[in-house]
Amino acid sequence: MSAIELLNWARGPALQVAVAIFIIGMIIRVLEVWLLGRKKDLSEARGNATAAGWRTILTRSVPPPGMWSHLIVGYVFHIGFLIALLFFVPHILFFKDIFGIRWPGLPNGLIDAVTIITLAAMAYTLFIRISDPVRRMLSTFDDYFAWLVTFLPLLTGYLAFHRHAGDYTMMLAMHIMSVNLLLVAFPFTKLTHAVTLFLARWYNGAIAGRKGVRV
Amino acid sequence: MRRDETLAAYLQRRGISRRGFLKFCAATASLMALPPGMAPTIAEALGKAKRPSVIWLSFQECTGCTESLTRSHNPTLESLILDAISLDYHHTLQAAAGSAAEEAREHAMEQFKDQYLLIVDGSIPVKHNGVYSTIAGMTNLQMLEETARHAAAIVAVGTCAAYGGIPHANPNPTGAVPVTEIIKDKPIINVPGCPPIPVVITGVLAHYLTFGTIPELDDLHRPLAFYGDTIHDRCYRRTFYDQGKFAKTFDDEGARNGWCLYELGCKGPTTHNACATTKWNNSTSFPIESGHGCLGCSEPDFWDAGSFYKPLSTSTTDLSDWAVGAVVAGAAAGVAAGLYHKVKKSSAVSRHHAVTVDELEDKP
Repeated sequence: MSAIELLNWARGPALQVAVAIFIIGMIIRVLEVWLLGRKKDLSEARGNATAAGWRTILTRSVPPPGMWSHLIVGYVFHIGFLIALLFFVPHILFFKDIFGIRWPGLPNGLIDAVTIITLAAMAYTLFIRISDPVRRMLSTFDDYFAWLVTFLPLLTGYLAFHRHAGDYTMMLAMHIMSVNLLLVAFPFTKLTHAVTLFLARWYNGAIAGRKGVRV
Repeated sequence: MRRDETLAAYLQRRGISRRGFLKFCAATASLMALPPGMAPTIAEALGKAKRPSVIWLSFQECTGCTESLTRSHNPTLESLILDAISLDYHHTLQAAAGSAAEEAREHAMEQFKDQYLLIVDGSIPVKHNGVYSTIAGMTNLQMLEETARHAAAIVAVGTCAAYGGIPHANPNPTGAVPVTEIIKDKPIINVPGCPPIPVVITGVLAHYLTFGTIPELDDLHRPLAFYGDTIHDRCYRRTFYDQGKFAKTFDDEGARNGWCLYELGCKGPTTHNACATTKWNNSTSFPIESGHGCLGCSEPDFWDAGSFYKPLSTSTTDLSDWAVGAVVAGAAAGVAAGLYHKVKKSSAVSRHHAVTVDELEDKP
C-alpha cells in the first residue's frame, strides 16, 4: 500500500469506523453511569445539592495548595492539546466539515510553539511517572497506553507540518491514523475522563452539598 | 524519418537548427535534474539515436494522454522527438486498420524482439477474463502479456495505466488494474497524470534514448526527476499557505489576490508531479495558476479520495451523517446497557436476604 492509499484509507473508511467507535462508545459509557442512578437519599437535605455539584465541577479545576509544580504541567499539556486541536486552521476545516460552523484560527507559528511546549510538558509527565517510585508503582499499562495515544497525534502532526521525517503524505497518513487510534482507545481507557470527570465531580459535590458540607 | 536515419539528421531535415536541438537537450537535462554537463551527452546520444521501435497500446482510456502529447503545442522539439521514434502501432495515430494494423504490431515485435519500447495508456480490465475491452478479438490482458514478453521496457503513460485511474475507481465494474499488477518481470516506468505533462513523457523517452536505462524511480515507479517534489513544494502560492492566507470561495477577495487554495480542496501537498515547474501549454500556466486547486490526478485512487473541493484535512466521506447515525446507535445501545444494569441491580436486590446472627455462627 502506497502512502497516498494509506492516507485515503485513513481519511476515509478508517476514520469513519474510528468516529463511530468513539461516539457510540462514549455515549454508552456516559449513559451507563447516568442511568444507573443513585439510591434515593431519604434524609432531610441540609444544603443545596445541585448548586454544590455545579460549583465542584469548577472548584476541582483549581489545584490544591502545594501541588502547583506538578499540576502546572498537567494544565500546560491539557490546554496546549486543546489549542492545537481546536485552533489550527486545517483542524477547524475538519470540524467545519462535520458541524458546518467555523471559528477563527490562530497563526501557524503560535500553534507550532504551543505544540512544542505541549510535547515537552507531556514528556515531563512521563518522566515524573517513571522517576517517582510511588507513581511508577501505581502505573499500569493503561496509563502508559493512554499517554502514548495522546502523545502520538501531537508528535506526528508536528512532524507532518514541518515536513520532517520523510514524505509528507506518509506523515499526514500517520497523523490521521494516530488520531484514529486515539478515537478508538478513548471509550476503553481512562481517557473517558474527558467527559466523566464532570459526572464524577458533580456527584461528589452534590453528595457533600446535600449533607451541608461547604464545597 | 527513415528508420536508419539518425535523430540529428532528421531534425536538421525538418528545419530544427543545431542550436535549437542543443537548447532542447539542455532543457531536458535540467528538467531531469541532471548536471548541466550532461546536456552534450544527451545531445550526442539523441543525435546518434536511430529510430527505436515503439509499440503503443491503448486499453481502457479516453485518448486524453495521446491528445496531451500530440496536441500540446504546434510543432516543437517535443513533438518531433515523438515523430523521431518509430511508432509502429498506435490505434489513434496509425493509418493502417483492421488486420493490417495488427500485422504491424506483430511485425515490429518480431523484428525488434527484446529491443522495442512498449508504451501503454489505459487500464487493463481483468474481470470475467477481460471481456470488457478487446482489440482484434484479443482481450487487453492477452495483448499486454503477449506484447510485453519481448519488450525492452514498458512506459505506463497516464494514471489509468499507472494506477488504474478512472476505470479502476469504485466500484470498478470491469476489474481494471494497472500495468504493474500484470507485468512483474520488466522494467516499468509510470508516467501518471490525467493526462501526464507532455514534456515529462518526452523527457522519459529522451532519458531512455540517451542512457539506454530507465531513470531513477520512486516507490510508485515514477521518475524522481519529475515526481520527486509535490505540487505544494513548488507552488508559487506556497508563501500564502505559510502566512495562513487562504481563498475561502472561488470569487472572494482571497481568490482575486491569488491566495492559497488549500481550503478549497487543493491536493497539492500530497500530489507528486511537475506541473508547478514545467507548467502546461508551452509553460503558460497550470491549474493552480488559473485559479483551481490541484485534483491530485497523478496519484493513485485520486478519483476515490473524496470531493475535489474538500480540504485535505477533512474526511473523504460524509462524516456528519455518519456521526448522527453513531449518536442514534450509541443512544440506543447506551439505554439498552443502562436497562440491563438496572435489571441486574434489581434482581440482585430481590435475591438479597438479611443474614441473621445464627446463620453467621453456623459457619465454620
